Formats: sequence, structure tokens, C-alpha cells
Amino acid sequence: MAKKSYRTAINDALRSEMRRNPDIIILGEDVAGGQGATGDVGVVGSVFGVLGGLYKEFGPTRVIDTPISESAIVGAAAGAALTGLRPVAEIMFVDFVGVCFDQIYNQAAKFRYMFGGKAKTPMIIRATIGAGFRAGAQHSQSMHPLFTMVPGLKVVMPSNAYDAKGLMIEALRGDDPVIYLEAKTLYDTEVEVPDEAYRIPFGEARVAREGKDITLVAFGPMVPRALAVAEAVGKDGISAEVIDPRTTSPLDEDTILESVEKTGRLVLVDESPPRCSLASDVAAIVADKGFKSLKAPIKSVTCPHTPVPFAPVLEDEYMPNPRRIEAAVRAVMKFD
Amino acid sequence: MQLSRDELKRAYQRMFTIRAFEERVEKEFAAGNIPGFAHVYLGQEASGVGICHDLTDEDLIGSTHRGHGHCIAKGCDVKGMMLEIMGKAGGLCGGKGGSMHIADLSKGMLGANAIVGGAPPIAVGAALTQKYKKTGRVSVAFSGDGASNQGTVFEAMNMAVVLKVPAIFAFENNGYGEHTAASYSVGGGSIADRARSFGMPAEVVDGVDFFAVHDAMGRALEHCRAGNGPYALEIRCYRFLGHFVGDPQAYRTADELKEARANDPLPLFRKKVTEAKLLEAAELDAIEKAILAEVEDAAQTAIAAPPPDLKSLEKDVYARY
Repeated sequence: MAKKSYRTAINDALRSEMRRNPDIIILGEDVAGGQGATGDVGVVGSVFGVLGGLYKEFGPTRVIDTPISESAIVGAAAGAALTGLRPVAEIMFVDFVGVCFDQIYNQAAKFRYMFGGKAKTPMIIRATIGAGFRAGAQHSQSMHPLFTMVPGLKVVMPSNAYDAKGLMIEALRGDDPVIYLEAKTLYDTEVEVPDEAYRIPFGEARVAREGKDITLVAFGPMVPRALAVAEAVGKDGISAEVIDPRTTSPLDEDTILESVEKTGRLVLVDESPPRCSLASDVAAIVADKGFKSLKAPIKSVTCPHTPVPFAPVLEDEYMPNPRRIEAAVRAVMKFD
Repeated sequence: MQLSRDELKRAYQRMFTIRAFEERVEKEFAAGNIPGFAHVYLGQEASGVGICHDLTDEDLIGSTHRGHGHCIAKGCDVKGMMLEIMGKAGGLCGGKGGSMHIADLSKGMLGANAIVGGAPPIAVGAALTQKYKKTGRVSVAFSGDGASNQGTVFEAMNMAVVLKVPAIFAFENNGYGEHTAASYSVGGGSIADRARSFGMPAEVVDGVDFFAVHDAMGRALEHCRAGNGPYALEIRCYRFLGHFVGDPQAYRTADELKEARANDPLPLFRKKVTEAKLLEAAELDAIEKAILAEVEDAAQTAIAAPPPDLKSLEKDVYARY
């Protein structure tokens, strides 16, 4: 099986599903690129190149460049979904969600419930997340807790290319609004990815590494970091299990609780400010439903309660980094 | 006035249904039978009915917080609406939407919307579907003068022009956004000028006159159905009641209200069709009588109806979760 990048895996999923289902359209800023300009159209394919070649294959009726108008992009996607299309809207950086959040949480997420179950809103909002790009406070956030707390939305955080493809296909075949969060730092990472289509159900966590002494639950781009720390502490005889929930809504509570039942120890790794984060959410769930399993307090490794800083030394410290994750693991292991 | 007698009857039937329904809502609200808020459409009947008269169930509308009139104009069931507004089982949305979220997709009614400026982007999306699927249908975004000041509406208008979709922006300028006059809040004073500046044709329409609205909507439909992109109408009308039922309205004078009530779209319609001998007064009276009975039945049914089953609380958040 060929290795493919995270970027190519998402492209593969969109391309094959668009071939299969003519109701899928893409809209957003520079999803083609070059409209109205003097050179070629379709040469951008989204700012990180995820949509490369799609304009060429599907043309301007299906790969639709829009003005820089996030409310209109998301709102149009919601209206198109409500009337029979399956739009894939792009918010270039998730930080821009502030200007269009109404259309997400008040409109698209609520249609089905408010309308008594008579509506379906099959749409996907793709957005890039994460720090580490030296992009400053307004291009580096993750925001996944914000979406996770909204009833009516599903939230997907792929941590590798294989999952990225299967989760995208699952999103494209479902009937609910999905927030699909792409980690910028993972775009060039590669794993083996089948050419054919496959689905990964939402709400089914992946046990990324088996272990018996301590459980690490990590989200999206934090999964590779948790795995690296698990390898490192393994050299000292600590057997760490790493769980990748893949989706934060729905959340696979059972796999997490089963793992903690086995290990008795839990560290959460979440690239988010600490309050009302996935880390605090999962900690609360385990404290509530898995209290008897715990041999030590739950520790969370998150970002501090600050905006994302620009200076590289500050940003590196801001993100949950291997040093901080390893310190948390060792502290939990030492607890008696 | 090239409408047939049957069409004229239907127009009056819808206008009077809105009038009777909203007056009943006012009464039932005062009686404590309607939880929450109610924003009624009294005085604006000619606008909604004039806009929706030539639309089919496959044409779409997105509405506002003042949406009862749009629902009725689009053919939604009055009993289902009353049940919904009272939060009862059997309501159009199972009692989960309420006055500000009534929707009936089978009638092309994409929902009242409690967010001012919420519907226009959605209506543009619905119009995009029509263009993409080549249905020949249109999508109407109802907005008020208040919403005309929202950035979402500007984005929606620009996007509709850029994507050249069959969207009709129906701005019902009823003189007030909540408790503030449009003459204060709409900078520049003309909503039609704003729409025009985005590159679409726009008209100012007398919203008291059903025929003026219907004629203008005919031009909008022709423009959109010919694939020429969006069209805008600024419909000048007047809100007979306050922002919500129970609004003491100290911000406008009794004289202003009296003058507005004297310019009522329903008597105007009656006068026009009877003077032109298109319909007889007795025919219109018979329509009114039948509607009053229908609204009475809807209200009594809704008052007597049970609330939604508590088991429905967690249902229908997702298609599958």
C-alpha cells in the first residue's frame, strides 16, 4: 500500500466522493483561486493546497470561489444543504469562525431540532487548526471545544492521513453538519492509505498504542506528540497507552473508560486553553464514571490561558510539548 | 390587475388569514396561552402575500422573527402553526421551534429566524441549489429594515451577485427595527440604493398595496428565472403593533398609529377589487367568515392540545449520532 500525506488523503476522499455524488460542491475562499485574474484559474486549490486539481476536474459549478465573506459562505452552505446539496465549505483558518459563528451554531446546527426533525443539513465545514506556524494569535487557534459544546454539530479531528480519508468519507455520506478540523502541522505527515474508499465511523476511538500503566488521551495534532512521549517513557519501563478519540462529538467515552480501568492513570493532551477544554471535559467524564479505576489524580497538559503568542520560543512553550507531556506522565506515575 | 377571480380570492383569503391569525395571537398571548414572545405581522399582510402569491411549494423563502405572515402566505397550515406557537404536540415543528422558528420544508418555508439578518445567507444557499440543479425555482430572503444594517445581509447580497443566483431580497421596511425608527438607523435612508450598489436591480414598492407588491415581484421573478441573478425589493409598509405583543410603544405617537391604521392593506384591497367589479363585497365577506371559523378552530384545538411528549426532548438533534 502506498504512503500518502494527510493533505493528499483529504483530497482523495473529496475527489472520489465528488465523482460518486454530484450533489457535493465545494465553496470557500480560493478553493480554486485565480477567478477574475489574468493568469490561470484553479492553481491555488485552497491555501494549503488540499484541494489541488479539484477545480480542473469538477469546474466552477462545483468548486466555487467566493468573496471573503465567511457568513455568506457558511450560510450559503447551510441553505444549500437544507435544499438538497452536500456542500463542503472552507473556513481557511478556524480563527475566522468568529465572523460566521451565528450561521454555524444558531442556524446549521439547529435546523433539524428546531424544525421538529423534518430537516437535514448535510454539510461539512473544513477549517485548519493549530499553532506551530509562527502565525500569531489570529491564525493559530484550535477552537474545537467551542464546536464540541454545540448540540447538532459533529466534530472531527483526524490525527493521521488514514483517518483523515476515512473520516472525510464518513462525513460526506452522513446527513448532519460536520466540523472537520485539519491540523496544519500534519499536512505533510504520511502513512499508508488505501486507494479505495473506506469509512471510519464517528465516535469510535483508535487505540494508537497499547499500554498497561497509564492512559494518554490526545486530540488531533497532539496524538503524534503523545505517541512520541509514550515511546520515550517506555525506555524507563513505563507502559503508556495512547488513545485518539478521532471525533470529539460524538466522543467515544467507553474506550477511554475501559483504558483507564486497565491502567488506573490518565493524562490528557489537548492543544487548547485549559478552561472548558476537551481535557477538562474528559477529566470530568472519567472522574464521574471511572472514579473507582483511578489510582492517581488526572493530569492535563494544555495551553496556558493566553492567546497564542508569536515569538517562536513563546509559541513552542505555549503548545503542549514533549517536555511538558513527559513531566505530567512521570508525575502521575510517581503518585502514591 | 391581470389576476383571475380565483387568484384574487386566494390573495384576499391569505391576507385575511394573516389578519385574523395575528389578532387571535394577540388575544391568546394576553390570555397567557402563548409562552415567550410573539412578533405579529399586522399591517404588513400585502407584502408577504404579494411576494408569495406566484411562488410554488418548490420555491423557497427564508423568513424573520416576524414570520407568521410569511408562513401563511407560503401556505403553511394554520392549525399546525397555532399548535407550534402554543408549544403543543402536533405543531409544525413538534413544539420545538415556537413562534420564531416555524418551518415547513414541504411548503418551501425554510424557517422563521430569530437572528436578525440570519436568513439571507441561507436563502442565497437555497438559491445556489436551484441554480446548480437547474430547477428554475427562486429563493426569497425576507428581511426587515433592521436586518438591512447587518453585515450578513451585505455579504449575502454581494455573494448572490457574484454567484449570480436566483435570490430575491425582500426588504420589508416597516419603519421600525425593534423600538428604533428606520429613519434613524438606516444610514443613507434607502435600502434599495444599498441593494443596487451591489449590482442588482432594486425597486421601492408600496407595501400597503397588494397589487403593487405583486407586480414588482412579477418583475423580480422574471429577472431571476431568466438567469440574471438576484433582485431586491424595498417594500415600504407599516407595523401596526409594537415590536412584540405587549410593547407599550411609548416611542411613537397615537397620531402616527392612527394615520397608519387608516392606510390598511385589507380595506384597500377590498376597495380596489369591488370598485373594479372583480369581486363582490359579499364574496369577500364570505371569505372572512370562513377564515374566522378556521382560526377559531385552530385556537381552540391548540389550547386543548397536549404538550409534547417529554421523550421528544433529546430526539432529532442529529440524523444519526
